[in-house]
Amino acid sequence: MGQPAQRQSMASSSTPRRIPWDALAVFPFILFAVMFLFLPTFSLIGGAFTDRAGNFTLDNIAGLFTDQIMAAYWISIRISGASAILGALIGLAITLAIIRGKLPQGLRSAVMTFSGVASNFAGVPLAFAFIATLGRLGLATIILKTVFGIDIYRSGFNLFSFWGLTLTYLYFQIPLMVLTIAPAIDGLKKEWNEAAQTLGASTWQFWRYIGFPILWPSVLGTLSLLFANAFGAIATAWALTGSNLNIVTVLLYNQIRGDALQNPGLGAALALGMIVITSLANVIYLVVAARAERWMK
Amino acid sequence: MAAFLEVQNLVKSFGTNTVVKGVNFAFDKGEFISLLGPSGCGKTTILRMIAGFERPTSGAIRIDGEDLTHLKPNQRKLGMVFQAYALFPNLTVGDNIAFGLKIAGMPADQRRARVEEMLRLIGLPGFEKRYPYEMSGGQQQRVALARAIAPKPRLLLLDEPLSALDAKIRVSLREEIRAIQRDLGITTVFVTHDQEEAMSISDRIVVMNAGNIDQMGSPHEIYNRPATRFVAGFVGQLNTLPEATFGPNRAIRPELISLAPRPDTDTTLTGTISDVGFLGSVVRLRVDVAGTPINIDTFNSHSTTPPQRGDTITLHLATKDVLTLGA
Amino acid sequence: MKSDKFWAWLVFILGSAYFVVPLAATFEFSLRMRRGEYSFDAYASVFSDPYFASSFTYSVVVGLFTIIVGIFVVVPAVYFVRLRMPWLKPIMEFITLLPLVIPALVLVYGYIRLYGSSSFIPFTGSVLGTDILLTCAYVTLALPYMYRAVDNGMRTIDIGTLTEAAQIAGANQLQIIAQIILPNILVAILSGAFLTFAIVIGEFTIASLLNRPAFGPYLVGIGTNRAYEPAALAIISFIITWGAMGMINVLGRFAPRTSARTD
Repeated sequence: MGQPAQRQSMASSSTPRRIPWDALAVFPFILFAVMFLFLPTFSLIGGAFTDRAGNFTLDNIAGLFTDQIMAAYWISIRISGASAILGALIGLAITLAIIRGKLPQGLRSAVMTFSGVASNFAGVPLAFAFIATLGRLGLATIILKTVFGIDIYRSGFNLFSFWGLTLTYLYFQIPLMVLTIAPAIDGLKKEWNEAAQTLGASTWQFWRYIGFPILWPSVLGTLSLLFANAFGAIATAWALTGSNLNIVTVLLYNQIRGDALQNPGLGAALALGMIVITSLANVIYLVVAARAERWMK
Repeated sequence: MAAFLEVQNLVKSFGTNTVVKGVNFAFDKGEFISLLGPSGCGKTTILRMIAGFERPTSGAIRIDGEDLTHLKPNQRKLGMVFQAYALFPNLTVGDNIAFGLKIAGMPADQRRARVEEMLRLIGLPGFEKRYPYEMSGGQQQRVALARAIAPKPRLLLLDEPLSALDAKIRVSLREEIRAIQRDLGITTVFVTHDQEEAMSISDRIVVMNAGNIDQMGSPHEIYNRPATRFVAGFVGQLNTLPEATFGPNRAIRPELISLAPRPDTDTTLTGTISDVGFLGSVVRLRVDVAGTPINIDTFNSHSTTPPQRGDTITLHLATKDVLTLGA
Repeated sequence: MKSDKFWAWLVFILGSAYFVVPLAATFEFSLRMRRGEYSFDAYASVFSDPYFASSFTYSVVVGLFTIIVGIFVVVPAVYFVRLRMPWLKPIMEFITLLPLVIPALVLVYGYIRLYGSSSFIPFTGSVLGTDILLTCAYVTLALPYMYRAVDNGMRTIDIGTLTEAAQIAGANQLQIIAQIILPNILVAILSGAFLTFAIVIGEFTIASLLNRPAFGPYLVGIGTNRAYEPAALAIISFIITWGAMGMINVLGRFAPRTSARTD
């Protein structure tokens, strides 16, 4: 037997032993966070403010303010912003349609499953799919030209441009919106709509005063997520355009590969700039959401 | 006087399933009406048809002579209180109550005055700036009531408004609702599955069973002269009496049987006590009378100890109290 | 009411068109390798390419290691934080959100600077070291998803009560984790695993910057050199992603639930 004795010894020593046990379990997680999230980030922040000799400098930051780099940031922000806002709006419309539009039940789970797939169908294969669809020889391009007589390339469209990339990014942005906003829309109680109706409100008034204000923090949170998602994306852009499109991720990628900017400090500053912009998007979200969520616990 | 709320041959089917099977009733202005029945009897569906959330398969609903059947819910000028409060979580208490007034286009200063009046009425003055999550269930439901009556609706609909609350609050709030309703003289339709609730609060009760009305009348009528076996069993407790002595389909309320003879009692039964339940002011005895279980309610008394299990006792009852149950 | 339904259908149909057309176009394109008729030549060409097999195998192996390491990093931490150190939870949530805020490209740049061949932990100094670094980078990338999956799993089974029940029955800490907690959150862990797999399998940025022969860089190489094979590869990738997500859906039906308090 001997078990009761053992249990007793465990019980008596449990108070001092409990703490190392817990710490031990959390240790790998903390170690991981430090090694692969905090240290690399701090190293870049540090690198952005040091020169080759290791002294403090603001030259790297100042070096960001060239036409090429500013243009790269700006086009990245525009693509991310456009794909996030359009993705959020379209995703919201689709989610509302499948959840509150009285469409058949099966449709909803089909859309949710597909969204899970499409939100992860990013990167290189997505670029291939859009080249096959809207490239110069893509199926949609050719059908539009031969059947409808619309030559989209002659009328200014280019897959390897701002709108081309935005349209491509929407393929993972919309499903991501659907997946993250669906629980929030499920949380809108049917009774709120009914209560508003008995009080004389039209459908529009319900959404204007009740439905949308309740969803707003969730929409905003997803918006900042979508923005960061597009802002850091490179694989799709790279596979679509090679190094042709001057967006900030492509610039940094080239810098990492071959020191294109001739200055590692400048590379670190470029990375720091990216972190600042995505963090800013999150801070804006947190501030606005905190104001919009006064009514929440 | 013409009826104020009139429901005529109301039928509702979902596919092949008919949940409301041709219901008729007419009530006067200012009445407090309860739709009472077990879940699935169609009472909530009737309320939702009056509110306009469900379209009747056939039949008509009229208020003050006006046919509502084809109006949208937001055109009906009704007030409704829901089971789960359904306050708008993003609006303060004041804005919740003012919502219907704002939609109707009432100027801000009049709205504010009306909100204050409503808050006083429900006993929550000064709560304008609170958000619903900062309040208890009972307080939220009172705000929901204020929100429903603020725009002076023609009819107030209450959809099991007390079932999400604690037992104590349930009793105090129902008394409050009734007092406010009397004060304002607002015609009210109250849906509940709780017979005690319906009895204590209503002018008239409509007892529903499987999509039909089994009986309609005052609480007193319903309890003392139940029209069907279903009503008799659903409203209050009932003992089926031994067929050998009383004939078929005879029953009696537990409180009408006593352990000592009364001037009006003319019949006795003898049995063995099989269970004693102490309910506070009342002691409930379960007595086995030749195989038929009979429940008896007697008042608790400080001085005498209640009878014990296994005791043999004699029960006294009056034949005029025996109900004959129909179908 | 009627118009609601009309708009819902319109939105749904337009949305579906946007998502289905590229897939259909890509599939059609992938069949056009042989002139004048449809064929699966592009697929045959892909499957006969030795680099396809080797890069795909490499990514699968890295993916498996990523899942294993991810489980060891996430599961004990979530369990103990939920059970004993709830004050750490906000910090943990913050950390697991970071990979969504800091772009992977930035992180890998940090890794290269920090763990280069002349640094204090020279991960990139050897092939094995680089493979380990790649795995760890992927664990970081998948951290938000793995964490959320495991955390949801533990919430739905109410681990606190389960642990107390097991303790009263006399189980020790190890028995509790191995015999009670793990079997109950297995479905959640597997969901996180398949999601991780879907993210890792075609990843391009980190693998290419660490110069590892993974599936993502292979895809880009094919994209610049061939015409029809990329379309075939896009379809194959889509099917793989669908498979991984399909597994999560199937697993979801086996998820255990207790009628736990909703904390």
